[in-house]
Amino acid sequence: MITVDTVERAVGTPDEPQPYTELGLKDDEYVRIRDILGRRPTTAELAMYSVMWSEHCSYKSSKVHLRQFGDLPRSEALLVGIGENAGVVDVGDGYAVTFKVESHNHPSYVEPYQGAATGVGGIVRDILTMGARPVAVMDSLRFGRADAPDTARVLPGVVAGVGGYGNCLGLPNIGGELSFDECYAGNPLVNALCVGVMRHEDLRLAKAEGAGNRVVLFGARTGGDGIGGVSVLASETFADAAEAGLSPAKRPSVQVGDPFTEKLLIEACLEIFAAGLVTGIQDLGGAGLSCATSELASAGTGGMHVDLDRVPLRDSTLTPAEILMSESQERMCAIVEPGKVDDFLAVCRRWDVQATVIGEVTDGDRLTVDWHGERIVDVPPRTVAHEGPVYERPVQRPADLDDLRADDPAALPRPTTGAELTAHWLAVVSSPDGADKTWVTEQYDRYVRGNTVLAQPDDAGVVRIDEDTHRGIALALDGNARYARLDPYAGAQLNLAEAYRNVAVSGARPLAVTNCLNFGSPEEPAVMWQFAEAVRGLADGCRELGLPVTGGNVSLYNQTGDVAINPTPVIGVLGVHDDVRRRVPSGWRAAGETVLLLGETRAEFGGSAWASVMHGHLGGRPPAVALPAEKALAALLAGLVGEGLVTSAHDLSDGGLAQALAESALRYGTGAALDLSAVAGDAFTALFSESGARAVVTTTDPGSVRVTADWAGVRVTELGTTGGDALRVADLPELPLAELRAAWTATLPALFGSPEVTVGSVPAGTVPTS
Amino acid sequence: MRIGVITFPGSLDDVDAARAVRLAGGEPVSLWHADDHLEDVDAVVLPGGFSYGDYLRAGAIAARAPLMHSVVAKARSGLPVLGICNGFQVLCEAGLLPGALTRNGHLHFRNRDQALRVERADTAWTGSYTAGQRIVVPVKNGEGRYVAAPADLDRLEEEGRVVVRYVEGNPNGSLRDIAGVTSADGRIVGLMPHPEHAVEDLTGPSTDGLGFFTSVLTAVVAA
Repeated sequence: MITVDTVERAVGTPDEPQPYTELGLKDDEYVRIRDILGRRPTTAELAMYSVMWSEHCSYKSSKVHLRQFGDLPRSEALLVGIGENAGVVDVGDGYAVTFKVESHNHPSYVEPYQGAATGVGGIVRDILTMGARPVAVMDSLRFGRADAPDTARVLPGVVAGVGGYGNCLGLPNIGGELSFDECYAGNPLVNALCVGVMRHEDLRLAKAEGAGNRVVLFGARTGGDGIGGVSVLASETFADAAEAGLSPAKRPSVQVGDPFTEKLLIEACLEIFAAGLVTGIQDLGGAGLSCATSELASAGTGGMHVDLDRVPLRDSTLTPAEILMSESQERMCAIVEPGKVDDFLAVCRRWDVQATVIGEVTDGDRLTVDWHGERIVDVPPRTVAHEGPVYERPVQRPADLDDLRADDPAALPRPTTGAELTAHWLAVVSSPDGADKTWVTEQYDRYVRGNTVLAQPDDAGVVRIDEDTHRGIALALDGNARYARLDPYAGAQLNLAEAYRNVAVSGARPLAVTNCLNFGSPEEPAVMWQFAEAVRGLADGCRELGLPVTGGNVSLYNQTGDVAINPTPVIGVLGVHDDVRRRVPSGWRAAGETVLLLGETRAEFGGSAWASVMHGHLGGRPPAVALPAEKALAALLAGLVGEGLVTSAHDLSDGGLAQALAESALRYGTGAALDLSAVAGDAFTALFSESGARAVVTTTDPGSVRVTADWAGVRVTELGTTGGDALRVADLPELPLAELRAAWTATLPALFGSPEVTVGSVPAGTVPTS
Repeated sequence: MRIGVITFPGSLDDVDAARAVRLAGGEPVSLWHADDHLEDVDAVVLPGGFSYGDYLRAGAIAARAPLMHSVVAKARSGLPVLGICNGFQVLCEAGLLPGALTRNGHLHFRNRDQALRVERADTAWTGSYTAGQRIVVPVKNGEGRYVAAPADLDRLEEEGRVVVRYVEGNPNGSLRDIAGVTSADGRIVGLMPHPEHAVEDLTGPSTDGLGFFTSVLTAVVAA
C-alpha cells in the first residue's frame, strides 16, 4: 500500500527529499513553492505546480514579450481578448467567431499519429469551451527534408492523425500549409487551428463562481496517458533523436485520442449551453485536472474543493498525483448550479457521455483536494494558475546574423536563356514546398457540414455561417521561416502580411489575428532575441494594419541538442465576408480574360524559394515589408470583388509570380499567353522575385480594374490573356499544362507513396461468404 | 413529403442530408437512433459519418440501434431507404443490402470529386437521372471498398442491382468499380459517394447530387 502524502504529513516531514528536478522545476522555483505554502508541497501539490509552472502552461519566458499584444489599440470587433481559452470576434448580424492556433510539435515527433490527432482534439475543445460550435480546422505542418528517412516516418502519421481526428469529428479541413526544411528534422511543427461560431449571447467564460455550485467532470475516463506531457515533452530540449523519438521512454507522455468521444462531447456541450445549464466551463488539455481546477478557481471569486477519488478512472492503480497530471483527452470540467445538475447529467446520458460531480465551489480562497477523505492539496489557486514564475531571459543578437545577411543571393548564378528559365520554373513549382499538396489534403474531409465555400488549394478557407444571409468567414494560416531566420522582426510582419493578403484575395475583410510562435530554447539568448524581435514585429505590424491579436500559443524548446529550428511564427488571419457568394477562386476558369498583376515587383531574392530550391541558399535580406501597400492592395481587392470586377485572384508569396501563374493555370486547366516584360527589367526577376503586396487577378473589364487600382494607388501591369492548354510566355519555350501538371503532382506521391490502387484484386479472407 | 434523417452517435453528415432534402423540396425530419418506433415518414436517409467511431466494424453497432429494427421491418415492405457512406455500411451490416465495405485498397482516407455513371435510373432514389448519365459528386471515406463474393457480384450485375459505378478512376479499389447498389425491389439504395455534398453551386463540385433527393419525392407520390 502506497502511503498517501497528505498535507498533514508534509507539515510533519519538512525535510523529505522531493523529485522536483525530475518534474522539470528549477531550484528557485521549488523554494518559491515552499514559501507560498509555508511548508513543503505534498506530492500532489508538487505535481500540480510542476505542470502549471512549465513553460508550456505558464508562458514564463514569453509573457514579458507577449504583453505587447495586449497593448494594441482595442478593436471594436474584439469581444474577448487574450487570456481566455480563445479570443472572440464580432463578425456581424449577432454572430461571433472564435479561433485559435496551437502547437502539438513534440508529441507529434514522438508518436506522429496520436500527437497530431490530439493536437486537433485539444484546439477543438478550446473553441468549444468558449460556447461556440466548432465549424472548421486548418493545419500548418513542417517537417525535415522531404527525402529524409525520418520524414517518411513522421509525415504520413501526422497527416493521418490530423485527418483521422478531424474527419471523425465532422469538421471540414479548409486549408493550411506544408513545408520542409532540414532544421525541422528532429522537431517537426504541427500547428492546428480551429474556428467556431456562436451567437453573441452564447459566449462562455472559464470561471468558477457561486459557492455551493457543483464541479462536474465529464467526457472520457482518466487514464495514465499524457502524464507530464507539458513539462516533460513540451518544455524541454531533447538531447538527441534517440531520447525523443526512438526510445519508447517518453511515449507514455503522449496522449491517445478518441475522436468519437469528442464528437459526443461537442454535441452534449452544445445542448448543455443551449439549455443554460452551466455557469462556467473549462476543457482539460495540457496539465489536465491540475489546470482546469486551478484556472477555474483562480478566475472565479471563491475557492474550490474536489474529491479526487470520485474521478472515474481507466486504470485503478493511478496515484492522486498522476490523476492530477494526466492529460487524457476528451474531458471537460463544468461549474453547475445544484438545481441544474440533474438536467446536466440527463443531457450527458442522452449522448452516452459519462459525467461525475467531483466537487464544489467554496466560499474560501483555497483550492483543496481530498483523496478518500484525506487532504492532499491545499493551495491558493492563483499561485498555481496565474502567478507562476516570470523570466526576463537574456537576449542576444545571433552571432552569425551579419554573415548570413551579407551572403546576398545577388551573387548566385541565374538562369538567362528561355530554356533555363523554364527549367528553373518547373523545378520551383515541383519542389516539395511548391508541389501539389493533394496527397495530404485528400486525406481530409473538406465537405462535411456543407458550408465550405473555398478550401485548399485556394489561398484562404471560406466558410458560410448563415444559409439565409450568406454571411461567412475567411481564414488563412501562413508562416515563412526563411524570412524570419534572416530577420525575425520583418519575417513576422511578412508572414502576417501574407495571411492578410490571402484573406483579402478571397474578397474578405481582414478582422483579427491569431498566432503560433515556434522557436528553439528560451534559455539561449540568440533564440530569445529572435523571439523578442518576432513578437515586436508582429505587434507593430498588427498596429499598422489595425488588427487585434486575439490569442495564440507559444512553443519553445524546438531544438535538438544545440541546433534550434528556424524561428517560425505562424500567423492566422480571420476575415469576414458579408456575402460569401461574392468570393473569388484563385484559379482561371475561362478563356479570353485579361491577366493583371497588382503591385510592385522589385529584385528581392533573400530567403526566396528560388534561392532555396536551386542553390540550397539562405542569406541576404528578406523582401521589404510594405504594410501600407498591403493595406491598399487589400482594400482594392475588397472593392474589386465587391463590384464583381475580377473573376479570380491569387496572392503572390513563396516562388513569386512563377508559382502563382502555375497554380492559377492548373486549378481548372486553363492556360494563358503572357508577356512579363513590363513586370521587371528581366524575366528572371519577374518570375522569381518575392516582393510582397502583390496579387494576380483576371478580369473581363481591365479598364475598370485599372481605374479602380489607380485610385487606390496600386500599380497594375497587364500580363496577357487566359486560354489554351499551355503557359505561353514571350521569349520562353511554351510550357504545356500537361507537362507542368505532371511535374507538380508527381513530387509528394513519389516521396510518400502512390495514392493509386490496383482495382479488382481481393486479398484472401476479405470476401464475405454470404 | 416527410423524409427522416437518422442521427446515430457519431453521425456527421446528418445536417447535410437534411439540407439536401429541404433543397429538393421535401421536409426533413430528425430521427434519433435510440427511439423505438419510426415516426410517420415517407422515406429514410441514413447519413454519413463515423457512427460509434467505426468501432468493431464501420456501421456494425449502428445497424443494431433500437430504431433500426423498425427501419429494417418497414424497408422490407417497401419504405424507401437511402444509405450514404456510413449509412451504406449500416445497411450492409443490417442485412438490407448485399456485400460489405472494407478498408480502401491504398489504406488512406480519401476525399475527392468523383465521376460516377448512373447505371439504374428506375430506383426510388435515382428516377431523376437517365441511365448512363455521368455525374460528379464528392467521395470521402476510409472504408469504402465494396466487396462481395464473385458469384454474388455476378448475380448483382445480372439483376441490374448496381446503381452507380465509379468512372474515370476508382477511388478505393471497389470490386467492379461499384459505388452503390440497390435492393431487389429498387426501394433501398446504398452508395459510398456523397450526393448531399453536391446540391449547391456554392459549396459543392456540382449540383448533380440533388437528383437522389428529388427522385424519392416522385417515387413516394407514385407509390
